[in-house]
Parts: sequence; C-alpha cells; structure tokens
Amino acid sequence: MPERISGKAAPFPYDNVDTDQIIPAQFLKLLQKKGLGRYLFYRWRFDESGNPRADFILNDPRYRDASILIAGKNFGIGSSRENAVWALVDYGIKAVLAESFGDIFYGNAVKNGLACIALPESVLRELRERAERSELYLTIDLGRKVIEYDDRSLEFNVDEYARRRLMTGESEIEYTMRNYLNRIEEYEKRMPSFAARGIDSVTRRILEG
Amino acid sequence: MHLTITDKIWEAHEIAREEGVSLLYIDRHLTHEVTSPVAFSDMREKGYRIRRPDLTLAVMDHNVPTDSKERPTMDELSKQQMDALWKNARDFDVPLLDFYSPYQGIIHVVGPELGFSLPGLTIAAGDSHTSTHGALGALSFGIGTSEVEHVFVTQTLWIKKPKQFRITMNGEPRMGVTPKDLALYMIGQIGTGGAIGHIIEFGGSAISGMGVEGRMTLCNMSIEAGARTAIVEPDEKTFEYLKNAPLAPKDDWDEAVKYWRTLKSDPKAEYDKSISFDVRDVKPMVTWGTNPAMVAPVDGRVPNPAEVKDQQQRAEYERALKYMDLRPGQPITDIKIDYVFIGSCTNARLSDLIEAASFLKGRKISPDVRAFLVPGSEWVRRKAERLGLHEIFMNSGFEWRHSGCSMCIAMNADRVPSGKRAASTSNRNFENRQGPGARTHLVSPLMAAAAAVYGRFVDVTELDLDREVLSLA
Repeated sequence: MPERISGKAAPFPYDNVDTDQIIPAQFLKLLQKKGLGRYLFYRWRFDESGNPRADFILNDPRYRDASILIAGKNFGIGSSRENAVWALVDYGIKAVLAESFGDIFYGNAVKNGLACIALPESVLRELRERAERSELYLTIDLGRKVIEYDDRSLEFNVDEYARRRLMTGESEIEYTMRNYLNRIEEYEKRMPSFAARGIDSVTRRILEG
Repeated sequence: MHLTITDKIWEAHEIAREEGVSLLYIDRHLTHEVTSPVAFSDMREKGYRIRRPDLTLAVMDHNVPTDSKERPTMDELSKQQMDALWKNARDFDVPLLDFYSPYQGIIHVVGPELGFSLPGLTIAAGDSHTSTHGALGALSFGIGTSEVEHVFVTQTLWIKKPKQFRITMNGEPRMGVTPKDLALYMIGQIGTGGAIGHIIEFGGSAISGMGVEGRMTLCNMSIEAGARTAIVEPDEKTFEYLKNAPLAPKDDWDEAVKYWRTLKSDPKAEYDKSISFDVRDVKPMVTWGTNPAMVAPVDGRVPNPAEVKDQQQRAEYERALKYMDLRPGQPITDIKIDYVFIGSCTNARLSDLIEAASFLKGRKISPDVRAFLVPGSEWVRRKAERLGLHEIFMNSGFEWRHSGCSMCIAMNADRVPSGKRAASTSNRNFENRQGPGARTHLVSPLMAAAAAVYGRFVDVTELDLDREVLSLA
C-alpha cells in the first residue's frame, strides 16, 4: 500500500449506508472475493432488469471512474460482511471519506487496504459541493495525514494502528505469529478451567448427531 | 481504580498492546457457512491450521432450508456454501452442527443455549449480531472474514478497546411491552450511529428484572445503534439459564460461578457516555422506514418529511417513505401487512415463542396474511413442541418451520415477495433485506402475532393474553 492515495472523488451524499446496500446478501453465496465489484451497490446501480439506473451517482458519466467516495455519516453500518469491502476494492474504490464508519466495516477496510478517513460534516459537505462543480482529484497522504486538492491541504486524524496497517499492508496473521506466539502459548497455560475446556469428543458426537 | 465489567474481562484477556490496539485471547469462536469460506481457502493456500478446533464451533444457519429436513428446498449456491462448510469442518477438524444436527440453529441462539458461550469469556464470530452473547456477561465481537482467519490461526484478535456507554433502564415495562420494544425505542433515541465506537453496558432495574433471553434481544439489537458490542452483568438468572447446558462447567461449576459473581462494574466506575430512561414510558414500537432508528410507537404516525429540518435527513425520510410506500402522517395502526415472520437471532428463543403464543392461542390469523414461525434452533423447536406451542401456532395458521436465519436475510428460499409488506421480529429493515423489493416493519414477537391476526398493526397493550401460556415462561 502506498503512502499516498490519489484519485477522482465522487460525492456520495447519503447517511447510514449499510453493508446490505453495498452488497446485497444474494451475492454472499459466492465462495471467493474476486470479481465482487460488479455487484457493488447492486440495487442502487441497476434496475430489476439489470440496466444501470441513470439517477445513481456512480452511473453518472462524470463519476464513473471515481475511486474516492465522499459520503455522509455512519458509512458501512450493519452486517459484518467483509464482502462489502471486497466489492468496493474490486470496483476500484481506494478510499471513503465520511463523518463516521461502522466499526466492523472500518476494521475490515483496514485489512484490505481501503482507507477510511473520518472528517467533520462541514468539510465533507464542502468537498461534495466542490466535486459537484467540476472534476475533483484528491490525494490522501497517509504519511503526513493530510488530504490535498486544488491548492488546499486538509489535516485529518487516523488511528496509528490503522495507518501502519494501511501503509505496510503486512499480513496481520504473520505478524501475530512471529511476534506473539510465545505469549499466546503462555496465556493458554494459565486460562481458568471453565474457559480452557473446549468441546470434548463425547459431547461433540452428541451435538453433531 | 474503579473498573467496569468490560475493563475486567478485557484485562484478563489482553496479551499485548500496540499503538492503543490490544491483542485479545479469544475463548470461543463461532463460525457459519457465509463468512468462513474465504478464510478456509486462504488457510489451505498458506498451510495454516486451526489453533484450537475444540474452542471453535461451526454451524450452518444463513442458507439452511426451513421447510423440511427430508425434502428441503434449496438453490445450488446455497447447497455449495453448506457443502463447503461441511468439507472445511472435516478437513480442519472443527465441531460442526450441520443441517441434520439435532442442535443446529442460528449461532447466536445455539452458542448461549449450549453453554458454549459463558460469562467472562471473550467470544468472536463472523457475524455482526455476535453482540448477543454479551447478555451472559461475555465480551463478544462480530468480526469480518480476515479476522475470522486470524482467530482460526492464532486464537486472538487485534482490537481497539471500545469506549464505554452505560445505558440504564429502570422500572417495569407495561404489559405487552417487550425487550424488543425497549431495543427499538433505544435505537430511535440514539440513532443508528449513536453508539459507534462504544460497547453498551446495560443495567438498571428493568435489566435485572428481564429474563436472560430478553437481554439477548437487547444486546443483539445494540449493533443496530452502531455499538461495537454490548454487555450485561451476569446474575443468578444467568447462572440458572446456564446451569445444565451441555457445554457449561460441570465439576468446576461452583468455582466458575464464584468467579462470575465478581464480574460486576464497580459502583464508582466511569463511562464515556451514559443515558438512562424509564421503561414505563415505552410503548410497543414499529419501524416505518429503512433503518431501525426510523421507528414510532404503535399509537403514533409515520413522520412527515416536510417537517424535518436537516436537508440530508429529509431526503433520507422521503426516500424511505417511497420505498416503504407509506404516506406522511399515516397512523401506524393503518398499515396493512401481508407477511409475518417470527424468527431470527433477535427473537426466536423459547420465551419469544411463548410471548407470541400467549396471544395466538385460540385465534386465527387473517386470511390475507402468510405467517412463518421459524424457531432459533432445533432445540428451541423441540422445547416448544414439548410445551405444545407448535399446535397453537399451527392451529392459528402459522407455518411451523425448522430453524435457520430464514426470512431475516433471505438467503434461503424464505423471502418476502417484492412490494409485499412484512411484520418481522428480525433486526434489520434495510431496503431489500427480506428479499428484493420487500418492505419490512420490525416489531416484537407479540406485535407480530397480533399483526398476523388483525392483518395490520394493533396496540398489544390493549389485548388479552393467555395467562396459562404466559406462565410457561
């Protein structure tokens, strides 16, 4: 993941965009994460016959190649489906700017290199209006924690853990195993018995039936 | 230092901390067929193993057919996803409650009822409604698929400690007002993002007076207010609920209870945010819009968007009314419904079924309504049948189904047809949630039962309930 993310921004003036809208449940039956971009915002993007809805923002010729969304508040609430992030990334979205994010969505985004940047409402409104007037290209500089556009520069806050993950893109599993396997093993030795006892083979057979 | 229950469980499980993010040991991991396949295939590719299969429980729930065990209706993709879990569980030696298991059900119903979920534990699952397990006094987290894989391989999770939000509910709700109504009322008050970044700790006399299953409904719905998760201090009711569960402690029961009794928030503990309300003011609630915060009391009306000041919110309301095909100012009791769904991880436990049956006994549903009763687990189904509840439901005209997520998420064949309107005990009224074009009103099981009989919403606080059925609770 580069330290700087650049792209065209689209106004996405909706609050409470839930992950059911980002990707409907019917597309969760696919067993892989590649290729989900075509189902992104499926019911907002396409009508019942599968034709693009002219009034949906990403179908607007001006924003078809946008890679940054300027949303409202509470983006990505609801279901934990990581498919929502996979669909955004597969479609080509590199960053979402919003007033706030669903917690699980935010965590999923970090793990897939999708930058989620929280900004105040007034700033978002200004950016959306700017993007509506004419093409808006943004650069999100994760290293310096600033967003640059036109001749302006906006500071933002992002938690350090997320920033590091976004910038290094390292596998969290490899990282944990390399640095903390010993401590995990030690922890398991001192767990209280009710917590440490898992499903024994006899009970397992009864439950599985 | 004055600690909350969250602080205590967090501290006991924290293995490391980096940049304010903790590495927590995860004591129990539930997994289902929808959010696990990518994790399993990546593990295969990388040669990973599951660290503690014995602390892991796989359950088929989202796709499972609920019409029949012998001749189930299912599409090819659902079958593939269930087959994949079966193969993954076998290859990675994970205990699996498959479609035919006598204990199959929705993970958030199965975990607590089997005693897989216990007080003081950390619990994770690739499902947002994992907050449900907090009702037992556990710290539970809904996670994405990358994190599912992380828990599989390391039995830990990197997680930022949420801020803490204390919600105190005092008083005794009026007859007919249920935990679901309290949940919807709360979400209406604080909004869909009201608890983002927070764990909600519920307390107060209404919570201690509430049954453990009701607390599950409340914790379950917390995610709809944006909460990272929710928790309730365990008490005697919790211990009673777990006492003979198949996976609860046996020889070390007393020792475990002794520890669980310490899981209380210190009286002087501080919270980042707190609110309290009196539940006596709460009425049965009905959602009118396309997120759970768009909710009104049953004696209220659909709002008029023209009266909303905020431009973006007005647009959102207009869009919701259009999707829901409702008029501004329409009384809630004028809304006619076509489908009733009593089910889901929110409201399909035995107490929910008893609540619905207490009104349905001796009554028939409207001929214009199709009504589904989908128990939260096969065990709940058997327990209900032993009490004769299935006869009450079937005699009234409900379809008595097998367990699964069913019409809450419409991944199996159970769905609300386009343009039809459902009274649903589930958790999400998002556009297209119960099927493409489906219109959802979230309500309690009792409200759903009454709506099935009248074909529209009615105020259940004015109805006669069967005392004998209620006493089964």
